[in-house]
Amino acid sequence: MNEFSSAIGAALSMIVTLEADLVEIVLLSLQVSLSAVAIASVIALPLGALIALQSFPGRRGVVILLNALMGLPPVVVGLLVYLLLSRAGPLGPMGLLFTPTAMIIAQSIIVLPIIAALSRQTIADLHEEYDEHLRSLGCSPLQSVATLLWDGRFRLLTAIMAGFGRAIAEVGAVIIVGGNIQHATRVMTTTIALETSKGNLALALGLGLILVTLALGVNATALVISDAARRRYG
Amino acid sequence: MVDEAHRAEDRSEVRLGSSDDHPLLPLVARGLQFGINGRRIINDVSFWIGSSGRTVILGPNGAGKSVMLRLCHGLLQPTSGEIRWGELSVARAREQQAMASQHPVLLRRTVTGNLLHVLRVKGVPKAERQALVDAALQQAGLAGLGSRAARTLSGGQQQRLAIARAFVLKPAVLLLDEPTANLDPAAVRGVEELIGAIGAAGTKILMTTHDIAQARRLAADVMFLNDGRLLEHAPAAEFFTAPKDPAAARFLAGELPD
Repeated sequence: MNEFSSAIGAALSMIVTLEADLVEIVLLSLQVSLSAVAIASVIALPLGALIALQSFPGRRGVVILLNALMGLPPVVVGLLVYLLLSRAGPLGPMGLLFTPTAMIIAQSIIVLPIIAALSRQTIADLHEEYDEHLRSLGCSPLQSVATLLWDGRFRLLTAIMAGFGRAIAEVGAVIIVGGNIQHATRVMTTTIALETSKGNLALALGLGLILVTLALGVNATALVISDAARRRYG
Repeated sequence: MVDEAHRAEDRSEVRLGSSDDHPLLPLVARGLQFGINGRRIINDVSFWIGSSGRTVILGPNGAGKSVMLRLCHGLLQPTSGEIRWGELSVARAREQQAMASQHPVLLRRTVTGNLLHVLRVKGVPKAERQALVDAALQQAGLAGLGSRAARTLSGGQQQRLAIARAFVLKPAVLLLDEPTANLDPAAVRGVEELIGAIGAAGTKILMTTHDIAQARRLAADVMFLNDGRLLEHAPAAEFFTAPKDPAAARFLAGELPD
Protein backbone atom coordinates (compact mmCIF):
# COMPACT_ATOMS: atom_id res chain seq x y z
CA MET A 1 0.00 0.00 0.00
CA ASN A 2 2.86 2.29 0.89
CA GLU A 3 4.55 1.49 -2.39
CA PHE A 4 1.33 2.24 -4.21
CA SER A 5 0.86 5.67 -2.68
CA SER A 6 4.48 6.63 -3.25
CA ALA A 7 4.04 5.54 -6.87
CA ILE A 8 1.06 7.84 -7.20
CA GLY A 9 3.09 10.65 -5.71
CA ALA A 10 5.91 10.02 -8.15
CA ALA A 11 3.45 9.81 -11.02
CA LEU A 12 1.85 13.12 -10.14
CA SER A 13 5.21 14.84 -9.82
CA MET A 14 6.19 13.47 -13.25
CA ILE A 15 3.05 14.96 -14.73
CA VAL A 16 3.41 18.28 -12.95
CA THR A 17 7.09 18.67 -13.86
CA LEU A 18 6.43 17.49 -17.43
CA GLU A 19 9.12 14.86 -17.17
CA ALA A 20 10.85 14.46 -20.56
CA ASP A 21 10.25 10.72 -21.11
CA LEU A 22 6.62 11.02 -20.21
CA VAL A 23 6.05 14.01 -22.50
CA GLU A 24 7.77 12.23 -25.39
CA ILE A 25 5.55 9.18 -24.96
CA VAL A 26 2.35 11.19 -24.70
CA LEU A 27 3.22 13.24 -27.78
CA LEU A 28 4.02 10.15 -29.84
CA SER A 29 0.73 8.57 -28.75
CA LEU A 30 -1.18 11.64 -29.86
CA GLN A 31 0.75 11.87 -33.12
CA VAL A 32 0.08 8.23 -34.00
CA SER A 33 -3.59 8.15 -33.02
CA LEU A 34 -4.51 11.57 -34.45
CA SER A 35 -2.82 10.67 -37.75
CA ALA A 36 -4.61 7.34 -37.84
CA VAL A 37 -7.97 9.00 -37.18
CA ALA A 38 -7.32 11.69 -39.80
CA ILE A 39 -6.40 9.10 -42.46
CA ALA A 40 -9.30 6.84 -41.52
CA SER A 41 -11.75 9.77 -41.60
CA VAL A 42 -10.70 10.85 -45.09
CA ILE A 43 -11.60 7.37 -46.32
CA ALA A 44 -14.43 6.46 -43.93
CA LEU A 45 -16.66 9.55 -44.21
CA PRO A 46 -17.11 9.42 -48.00
CA LEU A 47 -17.32 5.62 -47.77
CA GLY A 48 -20.06 5.83 -45.13
CA ALA A 49 -21.95 8.41 -47.19
CA LEU A 50 -21.60 6.31 -50.34
CA ILE A 51 -22.93 3.17 -48.68
CA ALA A 52 -25.77 5.15 -47.13
CA LEU A 53 -26.88 6.84 -50.35
CA GLN A 54 -25.97 4.47 -53.17
CA SER A 55 -28.04 1.34 -53.51
CA PHE A 56 -26.18 -1.57 -55.03
CA PRO A 57 -26.52 -5.35 -54.89
CA GLY A 58 -25.22 -6.71 -51.61
CA ARG A 59 -25.48 -3.42 -49.73
CA ARG A 60 -27.11 -5.08 -46.74
CA GLY A 61 -24.21 -7.49 -46.53
CA VAL A 62 -21.72 -4.64 -46.69
CA VAL A 63 -23.54 -2.81 -43.90
CA ILE A 64 -23.55 -5.90 -41.68
CA LEU A 65 -19.86 -6.52 -42.42
CA LEU A 66 -18.99 -2.91 -41.66
CA ASN A 67 -20.82 -3.00 -38.35
CA ALA A 68 -19.18 -6.31 -37.46
CA LEU A 69 -15.75 -4.89 -38.29
CA MET A 70 -16.26 -2.30 -35.54
CA GLY A 71 -15.34 -5.11 -33.18
CA LEU A 72 -12.13 -6.01 -35.01
CA PRO A 73 -9.62 -7.30 -32.38
CA PRO A 74 -6.57 -5.00 -32.42
CA VAL A 75 -4.11 -7.87 -31.91
CA VAL A 76 -5.35 -9.55 -35.06
CA VAL A 77 -5.02 -6.30 -37.00
CA GLY A 78 -1.52 -5.99 -35.53
CA LEU A 79 -0.68 -9.47 -36.66
CA LEU A 80 -1.96 -8.87 -40.21
CA VAL A 81 -0.10 -5.58 -40.56
CA TYR A 82 2.99 -7.26 -39.10
CA LEU A 83 2.80 -9.96 -41.77
CA LEU A 84 2.36 -7.31 -44.47
CA LEU A 85 5.29 -5.21 -43.31
CA SER A 86 7.73 -7.89 -42.11
CA ARG A 87 10.83 -8.44 -44.21
CA ALA A 88 9.33 -11.43 -45.99
CA GLY A 89 5.93 -9.73 -46.42
CA PRO A 90 4.66 -7.99 -49.57
CA LEU A 91 5.44 -4.52 -48.21
CA GLY A 92 8.61 -5.64 -46.43
CA PRO A 93 11.03 -3.75 -48.67
CA MET A 94 9.54 -0.43 -47.51
CA GLY A 95 11.11 -1.02 -44.10
CA LEU A 96 8.15 0.27 -42.16
CA LEU A 97 7.96 -2.37 -39.44
CA PHE A 98 8.70 -1.02 -35.94
CA THR A 99 8.17 2.61 -37.01
CA PRO A 100 5.38 5.05 -36.03
CA THR A 101 4.15 4.76 -39.63
CA ALA A 102 3.42 1.07 -39.09
CA MET A 103 1.49 1.96 -35.94
CA ILE A 104 -0.51 4.59 -37.84
CA ILE A 105 -1.37 2.05 -40.53
CA ALA A 106 -2.56 -0.51 -37.96
CA GLN A 107 -4.65 2.00 -36.02
CA SER A 108 -6.17 3.40 -39.22
CA ILE A 109 -7.41 -0.08 -40.06
CA ILE A 110 -8.90 -0.51 -36.58
CA VAL A 111 -10.62 2.88 -36.61
CA LEU A 112 -11.84 2.98 -40.19
CA PRO A 113 -14.83 0.62 -39.79
CA ILE A 114 -15.90 2.46 -36.63
CA ILE A 115 -16.04 5.85 -38.32
CA ALA A 116 -17.48 4.43 -41.55
CA ALA A 117 -20.25 2.47 -39.80
CA LEU A 118 -21.26 5.33 -37.51
CA SER A 119 -21.21 7.90 -40.30
CA ARG A 120 -23.17 5.58 -42.58
CA GLN A 121 -25.87 5.34 -39.91
CA THR A 122 -25.91 9.11 -39.43
CA ILE A 123 -26.14 9.87 -43.14
CA ALA A 124 -28.75 7.16 -43.73
CA ASP A 125 -30.99 8.51 -40.94
CA LEU A 126 -30.69 12.07 -42.17
CA HIS A 127 -31.25 11.04 -45.76
CA GLU A 128 -34.47 9.27 -44.89
CA GLU A 129 -35.70 12.52 -43.38
CA TYR A 130 -34.34 14.92 -46.03
CA ASP A 131 -34.82 12.85 -49.19
CA GLU A 132 -38.16 14.28 -50.26
CA HIS A 133 -37.08 17.86 -49.61
CA LEU A 134 -33.83 17.42 -51.52
CA ARG A 135 -35.60 15.83 -54.48
CA SER A 136 -38.24 18.56 -54.47
CA LEU A 137 -35.44 21.13 -54.62
CA GLY A 138 -33.79 19.28 -57.47
CA CYS A 139 -30.46 18.82 -55.65
CA SER A 140 -27.68 17.12 -57.59
CA PRO A 141 -26.15 14.05 -55.89
CA LEU A 142 -23.17 16.16 -54.87
CA GLN A 143 -25.39 18.89 -53.40
CA SER A 144 -27.35 16.25 -51.51
CA VAL A 145 -24.21 14.73 -50.02
CA ALA A 146 -22.89 18.16 -49.06
CA THR A 147 -26.20 19.01 -47.36
CA LEU A 148 -26.29 15.73 -45.45
CA LEU A 149 -22.65 15.92 -44.35
CA TRP A 150 -23.07 19.49 -43.13
CA ASP A 151 -26.32 18.83 -41.28
CA GLY A 152 -24.82 15.69 -39.76
CA ARG A 153 -21.58 17.43 -38.83
CA PHE A 154 -21.92 17.13 -35.07
CA ARG A 155 -22.87 13.49 -35.15
CA LEU A 156 -20.04 12.82 -37.58
CA LEU A 157 -17.66 14.56 -35.21
CA THR A 158 -18.89 12.23 -32.48
CA ALA A 159 -18.13 9.27 -34.75
CA ILE A 160 -14.61 10.56 -35.33
CA MET A 161 -14.08 11.03 -31.60
CA ALA A 162 -15.29 7.49 -30.96
CA GLY A 163 -12.61 6.38 -33.39
CA PHE A 164 -9.98 8.43 -31.58
CA GLY A 165 -11.00 7.00 -28.22
CA ARG A 166 -10.54 3.53 -29.59
CA ALA A 167 -7.16 4.29 -31.20
CA ILE A 168 -5.55 6.03 -28.24
CA ALA A 169 -6.54 3.24 -25.83
CA GLU A 170 -5.58 0.36 -28.09
CA VAL A 171 -2.48 -1.69 -27.17
CA GLY A 172 -2.59 -4.97 -29.08
CA ALA A 173 -1.80 -3.66 -32.56
CA VAL A 174 0.80 -1.02 -31.74
CA ILE A 175 2.83 -3.33 -29.54
CA ILE A 176 3.10 -5.87 -32.38
CA VAL A 177 3.88 -3.54 -35.28
CA GLY A 178 5.64 -0.85 -33.23
CA GLY A 179 7.72 -3.11 -31.04
CA ASN A 180 7.63 -0.73 -28.07
CA ILE A 181 11.12 0.61 -28.81
CA GLN A 182 12.30 3.30 -26.40
CA HIS A 183 12.47 6.82 -27.91
CA ALA A 184 11.06 5.44 -31.18
CA THR A 185 7.73 3.62 -30.98
CA ARG A 186 6.84 3.69 -27.32
CA VAL A 187 3.30 5.00 -26.71
CA MET A 188 1.23 5.28 -23.54
CA THR A 189 -0.48 1.90 -23.69
CA THR A 190 2.64 -0.11 -24.56
CA THR A 191 4.69 1.71 -21.92
CA ILE A 192 2.10 0.99 -19.25
CA ALA A 193 2.17 -2.71 -20.17
CA LEU A 194 5.97 -2.82 -20.09
CA GLU A 195 6.60 -0.68 -17.00
CA THR A 196 3.97 -2.53 -15.00
CA SER A 197 5.63 -5.85 -15.73
CA LYS A 198 8.99 -4.32 -14.80
CA GLY A 199 7.55 -3.04 -11.54
CA ASN A 200 8.11 0.63 -12.42
CA LEU A 201 4.68 1.69 -11.25
CA ALA A 202 5.32 5.45 -11.16
CA LEU A 203 5.66 5.90 -14.92
CA ALA A 204 2.89 3.38 -15.61
CA LEU A 205 0.52 5.13 -13.24
CA GLY A 206 1.41 8.59 -14.54
CA LEU A 207 0.69 7.53 -18.10
CA GLY A 208 -2.41 5.69 -16.93
CA LEU A 209 -3.74 8.86 -15.38
CA ILE A 210 -3.12 10.84 -18.55
CA LEU A 211 -4.66 8.12 -20.72
CA VAL A 212 -7.77 7.90 -18.59
CA THR A 213 -8.11 11.67 -18.58
CA LEU A 214 -7.74 11.80 -22.36
CA ALA A 215 -10.18 8.96 -23.01
CA LEU A 216 -12.79 10.32 -20.61
CA GLY A 217 -12.19 13.85 -21.86
CA VAL A 218 -12.73 12.87 -25.48
CA ASN A 219 -15.92 10.99 -24.67
CA ALA A 220 -17.23 13.79 -22.49
CA THR A 221 -16.44 16.36 -25.17
CA ALA A 222 -18.24 14.27 -27.78
CA LEU A 223 -21.29 14.06 -25.53
CA VAL A 224 -21.26 17.76 -24.72
CA ILE A 225 -20.92 18.69 -28.39
CA SER A 226 -23.74 16.45 -29.60
CA ASP A 227 -25.93 17.50 -26.71
CA ALA A 228 -25.36 21.19 -27.35
CA ALA A 229 -25.93 20.69 -31.07
CA ARG A 230 -29.21 18.90 -30.41
CA ARG A 231 -30.41 21.71 -28.20
CA ARG A 232 -29.20 24.34 -30.64
CA TYR A 233 -30.25 22.85 -33.97
CA GLY A 234 -32.72 20.10 -33.07
CA MET B 1 -62.68 2.40 -79.58
CA VAL B 2 -66.13 2.40 -78.07
CA ASP B 3 -64.66 1.33 -74.79
CA GLU B 4 -62.20 4.24 -74.93
CA ALA B 5 -64.97 6.81 -75.48
CA HIS B 6 -67.01 5.26 -72.74
CA ARG B 7 -64.19 5.53 -70.27
CA ALA B 8 -63.47 9.17 -71.12
CA GLU B 9 -67.10 9.96 -70.51
CA ASP B 10 -67.04 8.02 -67.30
CA ARG B 11 -64.31 10.21 -65.88
CA SER B 12 -66.63 13.22 -66.23
CA GLU B 13 -63.63 15.52 -66.36
CA VAL B 14 -64.47 19.12 -65.50
CA ARG B 15 -62.44 21.77 -67.23
CA LEU B 16 -61.98 24.63 -64.83
CA GLY B 17 -60.58 28.03 -65.68
CA SER B 18 -59.60 29.54 -68.96
CA SER B 19 -55.92 28.58 -68.99
CA ASP B 20 -54.63 31.91 -67.73
CA ASP B 21 -51.29 33.18 -68.91
CA HIS B 22 -49.23 30.86 -66.75
CA PRO B 23 -46.17 28.86 -67.82
CA LEU B 24 -47.23 25.59 -66.16
CA LEU B 25 -50.96 25.61 -66.83
CA PRO B 26 -53.17 23.91 -67.60
CA LEU B 27 -52.36 21.07 -65.23
CA VAL B 28 -53.78 17.99 -66.88
CA ALA B 29 -54.02 14.50 -65.43
CA ARG B 30 -55.44 11.53 -67.28
CA GLY B 31 -56.28 8.08 -65.96
CA LEU B 32 -54.01 8.43 -62.96
CA GLN B 33 -53.45 5.27 -60.94
CA PHE B 34 -51.14 4.73 -58.04
CA GLY B 35 -50.75 1.72 -55.81
CA ILE B 36 -48.35 0.25 -53.31
CA ASN B 37 -48.19 -3.46 -52.59
CA GLY B 38 -51.35 -4.10 -54.54
CA ARG B 39 -53.30 -1.49 -52.58
CA ARG B 40 -54.82 1.18 -54.79
CA ILE B 41 -54.29 4.65 -53.37
CA ILE B 42 -55.21 6.73 -56.41
CA ASN B 43 -57.85 5.22 -58.64
CA ASP B 44 -58.47 6.45 -62.20
CA VAL B 45 -58.23 10.18 -61.54
CA SER B 46 -58.43 12.73 -64.35
CA PHE B 47 -58.65 16.49 -64.14
CA TRP B 48 -57.92 19.70 -65.96
CA ILE B 49 -56.94 22.86 -64.08
CA GLY B 50 -56.45 26.02 -66.08
CA SER B 51 -56.98 28.75 -63.53
CA SER B 52 -54.13 30.20 -61.53
CA GLY B 53 -56.42 30.59 -58.52
CA ARG B 54 -55.89 28.45 -55.43
CA THR B 55 -56.90 24.85 -55.95
CA VAL B 56 -57.69 22.90 -52.79
CA ILE B 57 -57.68 19.11 -52.72
CA LEU B 58 -60.22 18.33 -50.02
CA GLY B 59 -61.08 15.03 -48.45
CA PRO B 60 -60.93 12.94 -45.29
CA ASN B 61 -57.70 11.51 -43.96
CA GLY B 62 -56.48 8.60 -46.05
CA ALA B 63 -58.27 9.78 -49.17
CA GLY B 64 -55.00 9.94 -51.09
CA LYS B 65 -54.56 13.74 -51.04
CA SER B 66 -50.87 13.76 -50.14
CA VAL B 67 -50.14 11.07 -52.71
CA MET B 68 -51.95 13.12 -55.36
CA LEU B 69 -49.84 16.14 -54.52
CA ARG B 70 -46.63 14.10 -54.70
CA LEU B 71 -47.67 12.62 -58.04
CA CYS B 72 -48.23 16.14 -59.38
CA HIS B 73 -44.80 17.21 -58.05
CA GLY B 74 -43.10 14.11 -59.44
CA LEU B 75 -41.92 12.77 -56.09
CA LEU B 76 -43.94 9.64 -56.81
CA GLN B 77 -44.38 7.96 -60.19
CA PRO B 78 -47.91 6.94 -61.16
CA THR B 79 -48.51 3.24 -61.77
CA SER B 80 -50.29 4.33 -64.92
CA GLY B 81 -51.73 7.47 -66.39
CA GLU B 82 -50.13 10.79 -67.20
CA ILE B 83 -49.71 14.27 -65.79
CA ARG B 84 -48.61 17.31 -67.74
CA TRP B 85 -48.02 20.88 -66.60
CA GLY B 86 -48.75 22.99 -69.67
CA GLU B 87 -46.24 21.85 -72.27
CA LEU B 88 -43.94 20.28 -69.70
CA SER B 89 -43.48 16.86 -68.19
CA VAL B 90 -43.73 16.57 -64.43
CA ALA B 91 -39.96 16.27 -64.07
CA ARG B 92 -39.27 19.43 -66.07
CA ALA B 93 -42.09 21.35 -64.41
CA ARG B 94 -40.66 20.62 -60.97
CA GLU B 95 -37.82 23.05 -61.64
CA GLN B 96 -40.39 25.84 -61.46
CA GLN B 97 -42.20 24.46 -58.43
CA ALA B 98 -41.66 24.18 -54.71
CA MET B 99 -43.36 22.15 -52.03
CA ALA B 100 -43.88 22.45 -48.30
CA SER B 101 -45.36 19.60 -46.35
CA GLN B 102 -47.28 18.96 -43.17
CA HIS B 103 -44.13 18.10 -41.24
CA PRO B 104 -41.72 20.56 -42.81
CA VAL B 105 -38.20 19.26 -43.27
CA LEU B 106 -36.23 22.10 -41.75
CA LEU B 107 -32.48 21.74 -42.02
CA ARG B 108 -30.41 21.66 -38.85
CA ARG B 109 -29.30 25.22 -39.42
CA THR B 110 -30.42 28.71 -38.62
CA VAL B 111 -33.54 30.24 -40.16
CA THR B 112 -31.33 32.21 -42.54
CA GLY B 113 -29.27 29.08 -43.22
CA ASN B 114 -32.41 27.27 -44.38
CA LEU B 115 -33.20 30.01 -46.88
CA LEU B 116 -29.60 30.32 -48.06
CA HIS B 117 -29.45 26.58 -48.72
CA VAL B 118 -32.19 26.85 -51.36
CA LEU B 119 -30.53 29.85 -52.98
CA ARG B 120 -27.18 28.07 -53.11
CA VAL B 121 -28.68 24.89 -54.57
CA LYS B 122 -30.50 26.92 -57.20
CA GLY B 123 -27.33 28.80 -58.11
CA VAL B 124 -28.40 32.30 -57.09
CA PRO B 125 -25.35 34.62 -57.20
CA LYS B 126 -23.97 35.43 -53.78
CA ALA B 127 -24.60 39.16 -54.11
CA GLU B 128 -28.34 38.65 -54.55
CA ARG B 129 -28.90 36.20 -51.71
CA GLN B 130 -29.14 38.51 -48.72
CA ALA B 131 -31.86 40.67 -50.26
CA LEU B 132 -33.95 37.57 -51.07
CA VAL B 133 -33.47 36.22 -47.55
CA ASP B 134 -34.52 39.52 -46.00
CA ALA B 135 -37.60 39.75 -48.21
CA ALA B 136 -38.62 36.17 -47.38
CA LEU B 137 -38.17 36.72 -43.63
CA GLN B 138 -40.17 39.93 -43.84
CA GLN B 139 -43.01 38.32 -45.76
CA ALA B 140 -43.20 35.35 -43.40
CA GLY B 141 -43.19 37.57 -40.33
CA LEU B 142 -39.89 36.10 -39.21
CA ALA B 143 -37.79 39.26 -39.37
CA GLY B 144 -35.45 39.29 -36.39
CA LEU B 145 -35.45 35.50 -36.09
CA GLY B 146 -32.88 34.93 -38.83
CA SER B 147 -30.15 33.71 -36.51
CA ARG B 148 -32.41 31.32 -34.54
CA ALA B 149 -32.01 27.59 -35.12
CA ALA B 150 -34.89 26.68 -37.42
CA ARG B 151 -35.98 23.70 -35.35
CA THR B 152 -36.36 25.72 -32.19
CA LEU B 153 -39.12 27.89 -33.70
CA SER B 154 -42.77 27.38 -32.73
CA GLY B 155 -44.92 25.15 -34.93
CA GLY B 156 -46.53 28.07 -36.73
CA GLN B 157 -43.20 29.79 -37.26
CA GLN B 158 -41.68 26.57 -38.60
CA GLN B 159 -44.51 26.18 -41.09
CA ARG B 160 -44.23 29.83 -42.18
CA LEU B 161 -40.49 29.35 -42.62
CA ALA B 162 -41.08 26.21 -44.70
CA ILE B 163 -43.53 28.09 -46.94
CA ALA B 164 -41.28 31.15 -47.16
CA ARG B 165 -38.37 28.89 -48.05
CA ALA B 166 -40.45 27.22 -50.77
CA PHE B 167 -41.49 30.64 -52.08
CA VAL B 168 -38.13 32.40 -51.77
CA LEU B 169 -37.46 32.17 -55.52
CA LYS B 170 -41.08 32.89 -56.50
CA PRO B 171 -41.82 29.53 -58.15
CA ALA B 172 -44.62 29.36 -60.71
CA VAL B 173 -46.37 26.74 -58.61
CA LEU B 174 -46.41 26.15 -54.87
CA LEU B 175 -47.61 22.79 -53.55
CA LEU B 176 -48.69 22.67 -49.93
CA ASP B 177 -49.52 19.46 -48.12
CA GLU B 178 -51.80 20.06 -45.12
CA PRO B 179 -49.89 23.23 -44.25
CA THR B 180 -51.82 23.92 -41.06
CA ALA B 181 -52.42 20.46 -39.61
CA ASN B 182 -51.47 20.40 -35.91
CA LEU B 183 -51.38 24.20 -35.57
CA ASP B 184 -53.40 26.29 -33.13
CA PRO B 185 -55.90 28.82 -34.56
CA ALA B 186 -53.61 31.83 -34.22
CA ALA B 187 -50.83 30.01 -36.05
CA VAL B 188 -53.28 28.84 -38.71
CA ARG B 189 -54.25 32.44 -39.34
CA GLY B 190 -50.60 33.42 -39.84
CA VAL B 191 -49.98 30.59 -42.28
CA GLU B 192 -53.18 31.28 -44.24
CA GLU B 193 -52.34 34.98 -44.53
CA LEU B 194 -48.96 34.01 -45.98
CA ILE B 195 -50.62 31.60 -48.42
CA GLY B 196 -53.05 34.35 -49.41
CA ALA B 197 -50.25 36.82 -50.09
CA ILE B 198 -48.35 34.29 -52.18
CA GLY B 199 -51.44 33.40 -54.21
CA ALA B 200 -52.16 37.08 -54.80
CA ALA B 201 -48.65 37.52 -56.20
CA GLY B 202 -49.54 35.20 -59.10
CA THR B 203 -48.14 31.87 -57.94
CA LYS B 204 -50.45 28.94 -58.60
CA ILE B 205 -51.18 27.18 -55.32
CA LEU B 206 -52.22 23.56 -55.14
CA MET B 207 -52.84 22.48 -51.57
CA THR B 208 -54.39 19.65 -49.64
CA THR B 209 -56.49 19.93 -46.51
CA HIS B 210 -59.05 17.89 -44.61
CA ASP B 211 -60.32 21.09 -42.96
CA ILE B 212 -63.59 22.18 -44.60
CA ALA B 213 -63.49 25.65 -43.07
CA GLN B 214 -59.99 26.19 -44.40
CA ALA B 215 -61.03 25.06 -47.87
CA ARG B 216 -63.91 27.56 -47.70
CA ARG B 217 -61.52 30.36 -46.77
CA LEU B 218 -58.84 29.61 -49.34
CA ALA B 219 -60.19 27.70 -52.34
CA ALA B 220 -60.97 29.10 -55.76
CA ASP B 221 -61.79 25.58 -56.87
CA VAL B 222 -62.13 22.35 -54.94
CA MET B 223 -61.21 18.80 -55.86
CA PHE B 224 -63.03 16.39 -53.56
CA LEU B 225 -61.06 13.20 -53.14
CA ASN B 226 -62.39 10.18 -51.32
CA ASP B 227 -60.89 6.71 -51.15
CA GLY B 228 -58.52 7.42 -54.02
CA ARG B 229 -61.22 8.67 -56.37
CA LEU B 230 -61.83 12.22 -57.55
CA LEU B 231 -65.56 12.51 -56.88
CA GLU B 232 -66.09 16.16 -57.68
CA HIS B 233 -64.13 19.07 -59.13
CA ALA B 234 -65.96 22.37 -59.03
CA PRO B 235 -65.56 26.10 -58.37
CA ALA B 236 -65.60 26.67 -54.62
CA ALA B 237 -68.85 28.66 -54.60
CA GLU B 238 -70.63 25.87 -56.42
CA PHE B 239 -69.06 23.07 -54.41
CA PHE B 240 -69.88 24.51 -51.01
CA THR B 241 -73.46 25.59 -51.79
CA ALA B 242 -74.58 22.65 -53.90
CA PRO B 243 -72.21 19.72 -54.03
CA LYS B 244 -73.22 17.28 -56.73
CA ASP B 245 -71.59 14.23 -55.26
CA PRO B 246 -73.48 12.57 -52.39
CA ALA B 247 -70.27 11.63 -50.57
CA ALA B 248 -69.09 15.23 -50.82
CA ALA B 249 -72.40 16.46 -49.47
CA ARG B 250 -72.13 14.09 -46.52
CA PHE B 251 -68.54 15.19 -45.89
CA LEU B 252 -69.58 18.87 -45.96
CA ALA B 253 -72.46 18.13 -43.61
CA GLY B 254 -69.95 16.81 -41.13
CA GLU B 255 -70.95 13.19 -41.36
CA LEU B 256 -68.23 10.67 -40.80
CA PRO B 257 -67.34 8.55 -43.84
CA ASP B 258 -68.48 4.95 -43.64
